[in-house]
Amino acid sequence: MVLNELLAPLAFSFGYAALNLCRTVGCFSLFIAQTIRVAIVQRPHVNKLLAQLNAIGVNSFSVIFLTGLFTGMVFALQSYIGFQRVGGTQYIGSVVALGVTRELGPVLTGLMVAGRAGSAITAELGFMRITEQIDALVTLCINPLQYLVVPRVIAGTLALPCLALFSMAFGVMGGYFMCVHILGLSPEDYVSSIRSFVQLGDILSGICKACVFGFIITTVASYKGYHAHGGARGVGIATTQSVVLSSVSILVIDCLLTRVLGGL
Amino acid sequence: MNIISLVNIKKRFDKRWVSKGVNLDIPAHQMTAIVGGSGEGKSVLLKLIIGLLKPTSGQVLIDGVDIATLTEAELDEHYKKFGYVFQSAALLDSLTVFENIGITLLEQGMSRRQVLPILKEKLALVNLKEECLKKYPAELSGGMRKRVGLARTLVTNPEIILYDEPTTGLDPITTRVIHNLMHSMQQRLKPTALVVSHDVEIFNYADNVALLQDGKIRFFGNAKAIWQSENPYIYQFIRGLPDGPIETDPGIIEPSGTRVIPSRFWKRSFTKKNRTEL
Repeated sequence: MVLNELLAPLAFSFGYAALNLCRTVGCFSLFIAQTIRVAIVQRPHVNKLLAQLNAIGVNSFSVIFLTGLFTGMVFALQSYIGFQRVGGTQYIGSVVALGVTRELGPVLTGLMVAGRAGSAITAELGFMRITEQIDALVTLCINPLQYLVVPRVIAGTLALPCLALFSMAFGVMGGYFMCVHILGLSPEDYVSSIRSFVQLGDILSGICKACVFGFIITTVASYKGYHAHGGARGVGIATTQSVVLSSVSILVIDCLLTRVLGGL
Repeated sequence: MNIISLVNIKKRFDKRWVSKGVNLDIPAHQMTAIVGGSGEGKSVLLKLIIGLLKPTSGQVLIDGVDIATLTEAELDEHYKKFGYVFQSAALLDSLTVFENIGITLLEQGMSRRQVLPILKEKLALVNLKEECLKKYPAELSGGMRKRVGLARTLVTNPEIILYDEPTTGLDPITTRVIHNLMHSMQQRLKPTALVVSHDVEIFNYADNVALLQDGKIRFFGNAKAIWQSENPYIYQFIRGLPDGPIETDPGIIEPSGTRVIPSRFWKRSFTKKNRTEL
């Protein structure tokens, strides 16, 4: 009897949480399905798409430059410490390039864009929701998904691979700078090692990951903003949730994609 | 002839019932005001009529058609009949006044050059100058924002205009200007107008008035004769009396038995003489 009294609230809480999770997953899946349908059926706004490419892509460039460059430099330095012990410093170039193209480039780009552009998307759409601007679009016979969400999702999916490419390039350059100009290694070793071991498939694998990350960031950010409620506090909560969910999703899906794209 | 009919509308948010069985027929080509206390669900009724919210039970009939039965395409046609003036104007911050007012036409594929003369005509209707077309909503005063919202609504020549507290937060002069504007448009364009308001001045402009209280319509009748109404709900509401069938904050009962409403109580209590008694 006492055990029942203790377990009942626990079971209730667990059931409630499970139902909430199912509802959220269902709503999010429907949101994605509707966004894709609208993107296919209705012509996207070119001007809005370009504006979002600028907001998500061009405006994130400086962050990506710094992240890529310093990641490459630190990666090269750490690799140098390890390889020096076993006498394989001539392979540092390929290790840095493989790490940056297959993994660090797309993942760090995704995390940076989730923090910078994803939060901005959620905050903007959330504010539009609580100030009835989205309702206003509906009453004016304008589909808010087509007007607000589709340009952001397409722009994110297109911008992320480009940013990831830059991140990869800056990472390799950072590694080169560290190895050649600071650690005093031979530039020929660094370059020839990359030429010998890095293949086109490694870069394609990174670009594929970045595409998926771009889609995830923008759909999660748009969904959270689109369904924000509860005034300024609600928008703040939605923005935090958006960044956390996008970041965690990137890391989890990266693991799956690495397995799937391993053959590339 | 009634263009909008609400049939036993009930609406619940979580555990709270906002509408508890609203029955209301809105006559065509007339202005009907819905009045009632804060939180009585007046704005919710407007959102149910336009379809932004779905009723928990009951029917919203527009021209005799239940909007719950409409397909997505039919719902788009349904929206074309309506204009909705939001309480906050709900202008899109990132767009200029030109783009805000002309958004529907621009989205239909019209060029800015084609849209301009239509916008000028609508601007004249709401007494706004052309110079404001280049401004952003953040650069406008509250009254101007409301007028821009009204102009945006008029662009599609709607048959039905829903006003959600169009004068809230405005000074008395701007309130009068907005009311006159609504009245003159009503005379000229003859739409079916439904106005949610707290302002008793709306009775001077509306044809009919409906009093919403405790989730139900307590009174529906001619707005011009409202001040002579013997209906106890109307009598109490339009005079702002604390005593009557509409429950208010209980306030303070003085030893004499007189009820003091909170605002008066605080004013009295914080005088020097009474401060020590608190």
